[in-house]
Amino acid sequence: MIRVILPYHLRNLAGVGREVSVHVDDPVTQRSVLDALEVGYPMLRGTIRDHATKLRRPMLRFFACGEDLSHEPPDSLLPVEVASGREPLLIVGAIAGG
Amino acid sequence: MSGIRVLVGTHKGAFVLTSDGTRKKWDVSGPHFGGLDIYHLKGSPVDPNRIFASQASDWFGQVVHRSDDGGKTWQTVGNEFKYDGDPGTHRWYDDTPHPWEFKRVWHFEPSLTDPDTVYAGVEDAGLFRSSDGGGTWQEIAGLRRHASGPNWAPGAGGLCLHTILLDPNNPERIFIAISAAGAFRTDDGGKTWQPINRGLRSEFMPDPVAEVGHCVHRIAMHRSRPDVLFMQKHWDVMRSDNSGESWQEVSGNLPTDFGFVIDVHAHEPETIYVVPIKSDSEHFPPEGKLRVYRSRTGGNEWEALTKGLPQRECYVNVLRDAMAVDSLDPCGVYFGTTGGQVYASANAGDSWAPIVRDLPAVKSVEVQTLP
Repeated sequence: MIRVILPYHLRNLAGVGREVSVHVDDPVTQRSVLDALEVGYPMLRGTIRDHATKLRRPMLRFFACGEDLSHEPPDSLLPVEVASGREPLLIVGAIAGG
Repeated sequence: MSGIRVLVGTHKGAFVLTSDGTRKKWDVSGPHFGGLDIYHLKGSPVDPNRIFASQASDWFGQVVHRSDDGGKTWQTVGNEFKYDGDPGTHRWYDDTPHPWEFKRVWHFEPSLTDPDTVYAGVEDAGLFRSSDGGGTWQEIAGLRRHASGPNWAPGAGGLCLHTILLDPNNPERIFIAISAAGAFRTDDGGKTWQPINRGLRSEFMPDPVAEVGHCVHRIAMHRSRPDVLFMQKHWDVMRSDNSGESWQEVSGNLPTDFGFVIDVHAHEPETIYVVPIKSDSEHFPPEGKLRVYRSRTGGNEWEALTKGLPQRECYVNVLRDAMAVDSLDPCGVYFGTTGGQVYASANAGDSWAPIVRDLPAVKSVEVQTLP
């Protein structure tokens, strides 16, 4: 299972805790993880990436294993630690706004 | 005894204010969706417990919530607003072509006859309809495909479709308004649209009387007389007696003819309300005095309503969707401010009192009169 940590407002929207787990078949990529996340939690569709373009919303970031993966291509493999479930994929909201 | 439910959208969540018909003691529920921008909430006139709420943020995009129990609990419904076909471009601030991009829902207008049908006015300006309670949305593309569409340009708040008026006597007729394109009307259920801006004058345009390009802030009608429309424009308060075919200025003795809100008394079709705001650029009440102005003559002759409203050092704004009336007798009038106050009058505006004083900045106020 792939572990995903959601930002506060998306936890509330999905009615879940800080971390959720989703089953993802290989290859484990940003796209496959987000696809699985949106199947498990359809209320998150359109909130992390645009419905049509599938691009990450500009004020969200993807972190894992101490690295910013936000600008990696969506079909690049995620770190093996994420794919194995040892480390989570963090979806982080920008610390900005008033 | 009948009751009142006030739906308040704010910069940091939604609030539901309820009272019995005396409108003296209020219960406050919220924040719902705390910390998130709630642009607008509105209930179905057919099923008042069905309420739609627009949550829009730079972080998480558009989310649509629906309640089927009067705002006690909420579920998410569809949030995909896809323009029909190749959306093309409109004009950007610098006059260059800019792709049509969905940003947010500014306004929901539930059907007058079907609780599953609701219209959404969005930025970039488009009109959408759902026939399944908000589950899916389809664009009424005839509006955006009007020949003038590629020349529509945003106001400071964006290219937003913020007003939707459904004609209670003619289900084929809808009025809408866009900042800064102007007002439009369809008489065939949305297939075709015509600009209804004759008589408007906007000095900020190269041609002040052009067919489109006017920054209409709000339009209001009385249900008993849908051919008569009242408009608060960027400057000028206007009225039309022929479904928008032509407009006449009725600003009269207002201290400033700029403002955002306009609404009509529930039982007196010639009694209208505005909140004058000082502009350009400052956007707060003249002289620091928060005054609602009422005309009992359909415009031109206005009286200041001040009892219970701050008359010194008040520098709030009242945004375009932040005034509403109830249908009790005497008529209740409500408005919200960017300072977080929601004021109510239970006597048609003669006197006012705050229901709440310290909410986040209020974006919208809608009122339901419950049996």
